[in-house]
Amino acid sequence: MSDALLQVRNLRKSFGGLTAVDGVSLEVRRGEVVGLLGDNGAGKSTLIKCVSGVYQPDDGEIVFDGATVTFSTPMDARRHGIETIYQDLALANNLDVGANIFLGREIKKRWLGGLVHTLDDKGMERESRLTLESLQIRIPTLAEPIETLSGGQRQAVAIARAVYWEAKLMIMDEPTNNLGVPEQHKVLELIRTLRDRGVPVVLITHVLPDAFAVTDRVVVMHRGRKVAEKVTAETNTEELVQYMVGARDDDVAA
Amino acid sequence: MTMRGSIAAPAGAHGPGGGSSLQRLVLFLSRMWAWLFLAVMVLFFVVAVPLSTGGSVNFLTIRNSQNILVAIVPVLLLGLGQTFVLIAAGIDLSVGWVMSLASVLSALALRDAFNSGAPLPVAVLAGLAAGLAGAGLVGFLNGWIIAKLKVPAFIVTLGTSFIVRGVAYLMSENSTVIGLPAGLGAYGNDALIYYISGPGGGVYFLHRPDVGGELLRRMEIILPYPVLATAFVLALTMFLLHKTQFGRHTYAIGGSMDASVRSGIPVDRHVIKVYMLSAATAGVAGFLSTLRFTAGSAVIGDSLLLSSIAAVIIGGVSMFGGAGTVIGTVIGALIIAVLTTGLVMLNVDAFWQFIVVGTVVIVAVLIDQSRDLIVGRQRRGAAQ
Repeated sequence: MSDALLQVRNLRKSFGGLTAVDGVSLEVRRGEVVGLLGDNGAGKSTLIKCVSGVYQPDDGEIVFDGATVTFSTPMDARRHGIETIYQDLALANNLDVGANIFLGREIKKRWLGGLVHTLDDKGMERESRLTLESLQIRIPTLAEPIETLSGGQRQAVAIARAVYWEAKLMIMDEPTNNLGVPEQHKVLELIRTLRDRGVPVVLITHVLPDAFAVTDRVVVMHRGRKVAEKVTAETNTEELVQYMVGARDDDVAA
Repeated sequence: MTMRGSIAAPAGAHGPGGGSSLQRLVLFLSRMWAWLFLAVMVLFFVVAVPLSTGGSVNFLTIRNSQNILVAIVPVLLLGLGQTFVLIAAGIDLSVGWVMSLASVLSALALRDAFNSGAPLPVAVLAGLAAGLAGAGLVGFLNGWIIAKLKVPAFIVTLGTSFIVRGVAYLMSENSTVIGLPAGLGAYGNDALIYYISGPGGGVYFLHRPDVGGELLRRMEIILPYPVLATAFVLALTMFLLHKTQFGRHTYAIGGSMDASVRSGIPVDRHVIKVYMLSAATAGVAGFLSTLRFTAGSAVIGDSLLLSSIAAVIIGGVSMFGGAGTVIGTVIGALIIAVLTTGLVMLNVDAFWQFIVVGTVVIVAVLIDQSRDLIVGRQRRGAAQ
């Protein structure tokens, strides 16, 4: 409780007649990776979009870093330190690595006593390089548009961006989707690195091996409700699958 | 859920440095083709023009180069603003008529100011202010409707181009505003340098030497003021696009609207500014044409819209947004101007220029697309 960075309490969100998230509570502590599991349509994405400011919950409470918060935009959430990396990464593929990491928050040089500002591309590249190195991410060239990079490398750029801007909590939506196996391993490794640097990660996934590889705890959702919360080391694939398909439900039992 | 990653991932594995040397050569050529094309074309005319005229006319003369520069001014000015608009994944079809409106407004303001006793330089400034204000207002409307009301840019600027056309005609008197002060022509036609070769000649600066006959025939007019003004706008836009946050955000918005919004870029405001910039360069073009012809014209920009878009496309700006350079647009405008001038000098029927320019536009885009194929990347914007 004392080291909980994020607490979601009884969060509810519906669209028209459909209740996408039905009174879910969730806790993320500093220094842990929490897996958020569930089949398509289980409500994972809606829940996370409420936390990251994309949606506003109909009911319930979000406590972040010791204070109750309401985010009216994704920028609001980011300003508080919640970075969400969606599958499309929100990168501009026509810009280089530095431009992407600093997009919207560019480093500028001042001229004529602040009258004229120009981009400090060298500075941005230098900072990007340092951040990438600190995460042990290797990218062949920082000066090319990132559309020339692989999916995993772009994922890494998105993570590096969040790290540079000192995200307190990282939410990652199916980060290993569409990646080759070696790249999947790299991304999982990055998640561990983040945790070791004290940045907790919420990993949304329906790939169980990923969850077992990096998470400390898992939360399973089914049809908008939280049906299980387990310490990863104390559960197994078979059990989690049963929760995911709705064959088991701790919520009903409780 | 744009699934670009799934397609780009395997191809990107060997990165930009990969590929055979042939591939790299093709890539290089496709990047530089506009420069090469311009160079080859100039060479062709340098050889062909004297040949076809029995050596009496040359292509690369001071006079002809200045003619090309003067001819390029309006197309380039419209193209410079359009470059920003296209890079931001928009399009501005109103610039031709905005130029006309600015020409009419600046002529009216200039005449009124002068007739009510203002000295000519002040009247000229009043004309510039009126032209830019009118153009800027249209640009603001374009941008505001596109950004805030989410109407496609093509539709909005098509609509405003008709509106502006009507307003320009209504405000002018029978499509032309005349009765401007006589001294005005000097602003629009005088040059930085005058050079008279041969006996009795010399070099003069800023003011047209008062000569006639043989001396006048030998006089070269180098760097007229409108060319200088355009060079200034060119330098400004180049700085803006390639060195500032404004330019960076223009690329970002064209590359990924989604990423821009989520990065906290004030996208709506930026889009409005981009359309205002586009209108402003058209406004400058309209103002300069008023100075040049000592009259405001409600039709001056009509034929220039498509040429300016052609110049931008030839220069390598992507219709899907996110890519392009200011210098590319300059090359594109130069290609069109050199082509037009050269064909005229070869005594080719002037209408052939349209056929050639049209072909070059299509080839330009084909080359850009094949470049994307060569590096194995998906075409930008296709997934959005």
